[in-house]
Amino acid sequence: MSNKVVHALYDDDDVLLSAVKAIRLDKHHIEEVYTPFPVHGLDKALGLEDTRIAIMAFIYGCIGLCVAVAMMNFIMIEDWPQNIGGKPSFSYLENMPSFVPIMFELTVFFAAHLMVITFYMRSKLWPFKKAENPNPLTTDDKFLIEIELHDNEKVLTALLKKSGAIDVSIIEKPE
Amino acid sequence: MYTFPNKLRNLSIVFMIVGFLGLTYGFLTSPATIEEAKAMVASSHGDGHGESHETSTESHAEDTTHASSENHQLASQDHGAATHEEGHDASHDEHLFHQLSNKPWAALYVAAFFFFMISLGVLAFYGIQRAAQAGWSPVLFRVMEGITGYLLPGGIIVIVILALSGMHFNHLFIWMDPEVVAHDKLIAGKTGFLNLPFFLVRAVFFLTGWSLYRYFSRKFSLAQDEATDISNHKKNFRISAAFLVFYIVTESIMSWDWIMSIDPHWFSTLFGWYVFASMFVSGITTIALVTIYLKSKGYLEFVNDSHIHDLGKFMFGISVFWTYLWFSQFMLIWYSNIPEEVTYFITRIEDYNLPFFGMVVMNFVFPLLILMNSDYKRINYFIVMAGIVIILGHYMDVFNMIMPSAVGDQWFIGAAEIGGFLFFLGLFIFVVFKELTKAPLLAKGDPYMGESERFHY
Repeated sequence: MSNKVVHALYDDDDVLLSAVKAIRLDKHHIEEVYTPFPVHGLDKALGLEDTRIAIMAFIYGCIGLCVAVAMMNFIMIEDWPQNIGGKPSFSYLENMPSFVPIMFELTVFFAAHLMVITFYMRSKLWPFKKAENPNPLTTDDKFLIEIELHDNEKVLTALLKKSGAIDVSIIEKPE
Repeated sequence: MYTFPNKLRNLSIVFMIVGFLGLTYGFLTSPATIEEAKAMVASSHGDGHGESHETSTESHAEDTTHASSENHQLASQDHGAATHEEGHDASHDEHLFHQLSNKPWAALYVAAFFFFMISLGVLAFYGIQRAAQAGWSPVLFRVMEGITGYLLPGGIIVIVILALSGMHFNHLFIWMDPEVVAHDKLIAGKTGFLNLPFFLVRAVFFLTGWSLYRYFSRKFSLAQDEATDISNHKKNFRISAAFLVFYIVTESIMSWDWIMSIDPHWFSTLFGWYVFASMFVSGITTIALVTIYLKSKGYLEFVNDSHIHDLGKFMFGISVFWTYLWFSQFMLIWYSNIPEEVTYFITRIEDYNLPFFGMVVMNFVFPLLILMNSDYKRINYFIVMAGIVIILGHYMDVFNMIMPSAVGDQWFIGAAEIGGFLFFLGLFIFVVFKELTKAPLLAKGDPYMGESERFHY
């Protein structure tokens, strides 16, 4: 297995998108694309699978709703029944309207936070992790396509140059 | 150019005829005298409609036997007390008579207002697209303009009904009755605003304002088709921004006038928003339904899945927004439990339990679950299914806003209610599709048309 990769640098997202399409048309496998901002339509051009985070968001929201119901039931009804504004205590259902804001907030809270954590885990990100970014320019205003080499240096370099890359370099990846 | 298909035209005429017959039946069977009203309620009580009805008959029966035996005793001793009892009974019967004779009028008014509200909601949506210079929606402009074609005829019908109420053909608006106002301090304090001439002047002023915007916007939109520059588009942008300011103020006052004043003692400060959310979501849903219908007939080939997807997102989002307002209004009043406020919800929960909570399921739970998935919003079948439920749900919403104060616990979804819905549905379809035939279905001169046609998600 070769551990040589080619890095093609672009300075425009539209050029990048058409380059990605051209490279995939030539049946080369794109390892990764590094961009300074999300590029609309790039996931489709790369042929990535649809994200399943929406399904997880729904499940997390349901968990949050259940936590809110259980929590309010314990705090306000079971553990220390509270009489606020003369509403009947001892009954979750009859007090339910006043718990709706909390149910809503915890649904949103769980969905949002657990989604972010899921995203970090799936992207293999954690605190103090060393950046995998091969070129710091991609955090500024440049776009980078990484393609694995299989003794096709010349063909690929020519293709990338033609597709509008401002710089093409061959990198030996340390294993 | 679009031609009104004969099948649809005939269908709309059939709806109108059936609806008209239903309404006529409703008016003919409404009681003409207090005695008839009493007889009708007595016979329907005999059927035993449900638990609440049965218990109320029981208590009622107990009351009457009790009262009559007491009456007998008292009658021999004191004539004054007996006549007092009778007077009280008579006022209750008169109240019942008013409720029953209001019923067909209320059925007519709910349906008339509901379909008028759809076209007003679409006009607001259209104004927002124009003022925001939206790039995705110009392919739908002609559909929206078609639907707002119903604004003027629908509005005139509503105002005629209001004027007939003012002429005491019915008792929908009790504050229009000087006899009631004379004995009611709360209403008497509001006569500076709630008096018939000012009320009708306001109604005509609002409808004139909305119709003028609609007229000029349509004119500029048609002129833009053939224009070489975009001056018409710019004019449309300017009047749309002005219209939206005018609209949100007048819509709010309209909702107090035409709906909230049916319950002249009660008030809610977010009522205007609540009615707005209802008309906005019904309007957007109607745009989606008409678009999908036209597309299924081979028109609107430039409308793609992404446009339907965006309408679906709006249907989903505004349904949630409506629920937010519905709940905000309910929770604050439920929590504070102030008698003159909370009575509004007590009558709705006790006498209108099924329509009141059924509407929340139709307007919130169902669209929430059906339209949550992104893929479903691109499938016409799901949009149509959710759309029909949302439309019926918001009809129920208007029903719940008007009926409890107009007919009390004497509500029923019968010939008059269904007839009213069908009649105005037929009229709505007839006017809207007639309007669609008057201009090309693509507003081809719009500067954003290219962006809109290429729009994708």
